[in-house]
Amino acid sequence: MSISATNVVKRFGRFAALDGVSVEAASGSLVALLGPSGSGKTTLLRIVAGLEVPDSGTVRYLDDDVTGQSARVRNVGFVFQHYALFRHMTVFENVAFGLRVRKWPERKIRDRVHELLNLVRLDEMAGRYPSQLSGGQKQRIALIRALAPEPKVILLDEPFGALDAKVRQELRHWLRRFHDEFHVTSIFVTHDQEEAFEVADQVVVMNKGKVEQAGTPAEVFEHPANAFVMDFLGNVNVFPARLEGGRVMVGEVVMPVGTEKMVSGEAGKADVYVRPHELDVSRSADGGNAIRTKVVHVNPAGSVVKVRCMADDFGLMVNVDLSPERYKSLALKPGDVAFISPKTAKIFEPDYSI
Amino acid sequence: MELIPDQQDLQPSNPTPNGPDKSFIPHSAFRTPHSGDPAWVRWLMSGITVGFLGVMVLVPVAAVFAEAFRNGLGAYWHNLTADPDTRHAVYLTLIVAPTSVALNVVFGLAAAWTIARFRFPGKPLLSALIDLPFSISPVVVGLMFVLLFGAKGYFGPWLRDHGFQILYTVPALILATTFVTLPFVAKELIPVMEAVGPDEELAALSLGANGRQIFWRITLANVKWGLLYGILLCNARAMGEFGAVYVVGGRIGGQTNTMPLEIETLFQGFNTPAAFALASVLTMLAGVTLALKSWVETKVLPMEPPSAVAESLAG
Repeated sequence: MSISATNVVKRFGRFAALDGVSVEAASGSLVALLGPSGSGKTTLLRIVAGLEVPDSGTVRYLDDDVTGQSARVRNVGFVFQHYALFRHMTVFENVAFGLRVRKWPERKIRDRVHELLNLVRLDEMAGRYPSQLSGGQKQRIALIRALAPEPKVILLDEPFGALDAKVRQELRHWLRRFHDEFHVTSIFVTHDQEEAFEVADQVVVMNKGKVEQAGTPAEVFEHPANAFVMDFLGNVNVFPARLEGGRVMVGEVVMPVGTEKMVSGEAGKADVYVRPHELDVSRSADGGNAIRTKVVHVNPAGSVVKVRCMADDFGLMVNVDLSPERYKSLALKPGDVAFISPKTAKIFEPDYSI
Repeated sequence: MELIPDQQDLQPSNPTPNGPDKSFIPHSAFRTPHSGDPAWVRWLMSGITVGFLGVMVLVPVAAVFAEAFRNGLGAYWHNLTADPDTRHAVYLTLIVAPTSVALNVVFGLAAAWTIARFRFPGKPLLSALIDLPFSISPVVVGLMFVLLFGAKGYFGPWLRDHGFQILYTVPALILATTFVTLPFVAKELIPVMEAVGPDEELAALSLGANGRQIFWRITLANVKWGLLYGILLCNARAMGEFGAVYVVGGRIGGQTNTMPLEIETLFQGFNTPAAFALASVLTMLAGVTLALKSWVETKVLPMEPPSAVAESLAG
């Protein structure tokens, strides 16, 4: 079942949590709402669930306008950030709750709960209380509790927010497989771009109550719509550049922004964005088009070698990712002089609002 | 197909065999001996504590029972049961106290829910208003009701014209007792409800539960121990209430005398053995309350362990 929210506005006092947001989730898709805290993503999720009422705008399930409906009748599975398991009920009763209030016959309830518990391999935990479970176990119980009444939609609020890094990673893959198995339309909220990109079919980047960009992970990552998205999706170096005769210059270096739209002839200023892996390093400036820097720190742990360089001419710290091979052949140490040149760079329409 | 994480992340964080986790109750906080202090300090401090409790609490309570049983069990029983006024006082206390408690349970649940779940202007004022009965002298409370329902009070004449008499009747006792004990249940429930938070209620809602189901199965179930604790405190205070009911009840033996009032009447009438016999009953009721309270304290509320830390350790 597809879900759409159109022009949703929600204010808390004078603070606009959502300022005219429209989002769509196609039937059977897994959508991530990605944004920093305060971007309104959780508020949007709660409005879609019916736990919060929007000031204006509509929420549709398929073609039905459900904006005025209570969460009770929407048949939505909601997984809370801190699980919200019923602490005085056993695991079994937690999962059975949604079925009991629907007056399922006792035998069907038992079969359904055990089926779901087996699915997440927690059947032997049926008699435990939530406080006796690990974080990862609680998360899975929360998910099957939401799934038990066969909802049309699953909504997850920061599903892995409270877990440590390793468990997070495992549950991420698990959630994706889970979704592929059930094909229930799902929306989840996260502030972790890696999580969003790894799990979701569609990513909606939000900021300050607005949608900055929506698209597949590849679209969003490769063609960020604006500086915020570029900046939010992981590490990026920002160079202050001059616009001169249709070229984008940082010092005497021409930035390969690769777009024709920026040739506004006029002199002006703009920020140029270059991701760490889009920078090349050499020991000499023989290419000409390079910024002189000094190596400050090298972190060789990981699949890429992370080098931090200081560009004294601009007073700018630059992050560079090198392949281990490249790093070995260069043999950079802190204190060495390194010349960095951008292989590609991005520039966004400057903000003329001043 | 089985859907599980790539690796089992999980050992249960807490291998308690049955029932909710109670391990968070900080018993151990009191266990550490301050062995650095010199012996005389330790002796002095524990001496003061034991001595003070002995003189101020133990001896008086023991004296009540000693006095009550001075002439033997037979006389004790006779003192309690022979006088119809005394019997009526016990009966009246067992009517007035539970009724006030029941009223305060309804009010306390509503007030705690309102304060814990909603943000609204005037919330601190409402909270302070709930505390007010704590700080007003019970005698003043009694006078306030006289002012309202007395023969020359605001509502007294109108009520009398319509055939209602409030002052010097059982309803007056219930009103005054309810006022005096009003904060107990609410004040016990507010922090518990705030700690539990609204998420479980919202989870129940999204699972299709209606308001009644959410209240009985989630809200009430989560606060039941706090509620019981509040009820016990409220009941103890209600049974012992003297000042307010003294004023509004008019001290009519066999009609509006609750146990504390009857004790005083007997004592003033030089019937000391009967006064102490009845006093011992009131004290025993307090003892039962105390025992129940201690039992409830071991249950209090199975709170989640402080989430982030506990969970990262558990994972």
